[in-house]
Amino acid sequence: MFEIVRIENFSPSTFLWEVRAPEIAHAARPGQFVIVRCDEKAERIPLTIADFDVVSGTVTVVIQAAGKSTFDMKAYKALDQISDVAGPLGEPSEIENFGTVVLVGGGLGVAPVFPILRALKLKGCRTISIIGFRSKSLVFWEGRFREYSDETIIVTDDGTYGEKGLVTQPLKQIITEREINRVIAIGPLVMMKAAAEVTRPAGVRTIVSVNPIMVDGTGMCGSCRVSLGGEVKFACIDGPDMDGHLVNFDELLIRQKRFSKYEKKSLELYEKKCQKK
Amino acid sequence: MPKKVIVRQSSAHLPPETRRTNFEEVVCGYSEAEALTEAGRCLQCKTPVCITGCPVKINIKQFINFISKKDYKGAYKTITEANLFPSICGRVCPQERQCEASCVLGKKQEPVAIGLLERFVGDRAQQNDWHETHPVEPIDKKAAIIGSGPAGLACAYDLAKAGVTVVVFEALHRPGGVLIYGIPEFRLPKEVVFKEIENLRGLGVTIETNRVIGKIHTIEELMTRLSFDVVFIGAGAGYPKNPGIKGDSLNGVMSANEFLTRVTLMHGADFPKYGTPVGIGKNIAVIGCGNTAIDSARTAMRLGPDNVYIVYRRTLEESPARKEEIRHAREEGVRFIWQTVPVELLPDDEGWVKGMDCIQRKVDETGLHIDSKFFLYADTVIYALGTMANPIISRTTPELKIDKTGYIETSEDNLMTSIPGIFAGGDITRSTGTFTTVIHAMSTGRRAAKGMLEYLKAGQ
Ligand SMILES: Cc1cc2nc3c(=O)[nH]c(=O)nc-3n(C[C@H](O)[C@H](O)[C@H](O)COP(=O)(O)OP(=O)(O)OC[C@H]3O[C@@H](n4cnc5c(N)ncnc54)[C@H](O)[C@@H]3O)c2cc1C
Ligand SMILES: Cc1cc2nc3c(=O)[nH]c(=O)nc-3n(C[C@H](O)[C@H](O)[C@H](O)COP(=O)(O)OP(=O)(O)OC[C@H]3O[C@@H](n4cnc5c(N)ncnc54)[C@H](O)[C@@H]3O)c2cc1C
Ligand code: SF4
Ligand code: SF4
Ligand code: FES
Repeated sequence: MFEIVRIENFSPSTFLWEVRAPEIAHAARPGQFVIVRCDEKAERIPLTIADFDVVSGTVTVVIQAAGKSTFDMKAYKALDQISDVAGPLGEPSEIENFGTVVLVGGGLGVAPVFPILRALKLKGCRTISIIGFRSKSLVFWEGRFREYSDETIIVTDDGTYGEKGLVTQPLKQIITEREINRVIAIGPLVMMKAAAEVTRPAGVRTIVSVNPIMVDGTGMCGSCRVSLGGEVKFACIDGPDMDGHLVNFDELLIRQKRFSKYEKKSLELYEKKCQKK
Repeated sequence: MPKKVIVRQSSAHLPPETRRTNFEEVVCGYSEAEALTEAGRCLQCKTPVCITGCPVKINIKQFINFISKKDYKGAYKTITEANLFPSICGRVCPQERQCEASCVLGKKQEPVAIGLLERFVGDRAQQNDWHETHPVEPIDKKAAIIGSGPAGLACAYDLAKAGVTVVVFEALHRPGGVLIYGIPEFRLPKEVVFKEIENLRGLGVTIETNRVIGKIHTIEELMTRLSFDVVFIGAGAGYPKNPGIKGDSLNGVMSANEFLTRVTLMHGADFPKYGTPVGIGKNIAVIGCGNTAIDSARTAMRLGPDNVYIVYRRTLEESPARKEEIRHAREEGVRFIWQTVPVELLPDDEGWVKGMDCIQRKVDETGLHIDSKFFLYADTVIYALGTMANPIISRTTPELKIDKTGYIETSEDNLMTSIPGIFAGGDITRSTGTFTTVIHAMSTGRRAAKGMLEYLKAGQ
């Protein structure tokens, strides 16, 4: 069993869990993820490691309630126990002094960008962060980003905070005006796809973190297959970091809907249950 | 008057109409009377050739003799000298190619049902708790076992019995390997596997689930920071081979491993009570015809579809699956399409598979190939084309010698890898033969345990 030591609510739908898992904290590197299974009947849910602390022996994940399983997770309280946390899984992000790096985080993707940003900064990179949210009320971790970024740009869809617009707009501007050595973009698939298109003409190496549907997370089932430059890769063991210019995003977008019929069904049941309560 | 021949006792089976609607065990196993009758068929040969057919050389003649004397505990002791898990092997061994293929009775009539007898003894032992329980004298040595499939479990058992402190690291949330996530409940009830694992815990073995070695700890770390003296790698060969044809990434197309894991490990048949959906349609095509394909087809059948097909490039005779399983599948309504390869999977407007273009190739009497092309309507395609070595361990252990296809190389005599103190067995190794069976995995686990104990002794 694993204890949730701390919960922080960022908005009605996004929240943070800090979970005691000393061995995972010890081994974790930026870019890796864990698979959480809350109880005997629950699904195995992949979640990117948003922070890890060897001293306190904890790993942090930031969760967006997207469907039944993640809604269920909202009901947990600090000091509750969950059955399983497996990890760290996946290949760590490449961390080197690349020169100037732009880190792009969209919505919930802001959280998994953070440990990469911190590690790159500590390696000596010049870091420019662009983080985007739908609205002011959803903004989180601004302070943490400012601490490790040479420049921080915040955008919101509705313009209630920072610049109005999408993360791709400042990204485009920076790419055209300055010499950038690498871009790291994490967020919804459409955002990562758009970011990769922005950087493609300039040929700036762009790393995205793909999130296909997973089961085991150990290379055993092939559920997480992604077409990368025409080759089949498994996101759980070859990724989740991948070359954004080679990922077949259109295929991935379709594959994310593999279980939509069932997801809807279980969400409906969940809502019914909530109404009864 | 000629002596009356006693025919081979068949075990009761659930009738096809009921069993296709549930996951209960299909083969019910022998009653005591049936077991005694069947044991009575054994000729107690002077040279019991049956034993040569068993990969772990169980003294079959002797255990059957014990059954005849109703000394079931004696029979259990005899079997477990060679095979620790008779309830499992009695159910899943391909006996018709191993022990029973060698039995002399098989020349003129049906061979003795060695597998069913072994299962009978194993089940009695489980019911009566006959397993080893006496405390062992600990020796000051620590072994790490990677993977809790049959290879790892067998290795852990022998090491624990020798007094070694054993920790098994398993990647998934539940131990058992393919026995738990792959082989369906109706062929191997999970309760049978749980009991064996509980017995292992009773011997003092610790099982750490959710630990992917190579990720949470490297092998080097096991030997240094975590101070293990020896390591056994029994990680299996779980990486599914892809069909590699156009359309294989469409929705509705999945590997047998994914499908079976969703149903067997994650209880997908009980969705939404359990959180994991299975996601199959009404017309299911399984590509391939090995054990895994048949298990997938029979599992799919139990989820209430309209049609389940097995599409196989060769003939019935060439199929590597057990004939009994093919018969069971047929009885349950699975349809077989032989000598046929899918050449392309076709999508509907939303990116879901709607069927496959197939070519059936038959050879006429003159040796001429006759190809016919047809379209098979299928909204779900499950591919069971075999597996390859999982690369997690080899990628994070650069000194570990692997062959061209990624399997771990070991020395023939003690199953030690290229790194001193690190041993390997089961499906992740190939040098020890190309069998990928439960009993073979167990036998390599035991051989490695022997090698590990000798290695530990030599190092003192
Ligand atoms: C490597 C990786 C890292 C991830 N990191 C995070 C994270 O840090 N925070 C976060 O909130 N979410 C993350 N996700 C996505 C998260 O796993 C899904 O949102 C979650 O599984 C949805 O489950 P649900 O039942 O709540 O929603 P559902 O209604 O089941 O699905 C909602 C959406 O999530 C996707 N999804 C469903 N099941 C899975 C699954 N088993 N694996 C992956 N995606 C699935 C579906 O495509 C669907 O579009 C990550 C996914 C991957 C693969
Ligand atoms: C569907 C199916 C049906 C089958 N039917 C039969 C049958 O009827 N009869 C028969 O004899 N054989 C059958 N087989 C084959 C048989 O199951 C295998 O040969 C056998 O299980 C191999 O045992 P193993 O211990 O080597 O590996 P596995 O059983 O594959 O177990 C390996 C374990 O290691 C874990 N693991 C992997 N990597 C790591 C890591 N890095 N760290 C920690 N843990 C790790 C895995 O999660 C897994 O639990 C079948 C196989 C399948 C897939
Ligand atoms: S272990 Fe398998 S091969 Fe050996 S006797 Fe038992 S059933 Fe036959
Ligand atoms: S070969 Fe057959 S008949 Fe002879 S001892 Fe073995 S099981 Fe009995
Ligand atoms: S999640 Fe199963 S192979 Fe990646």
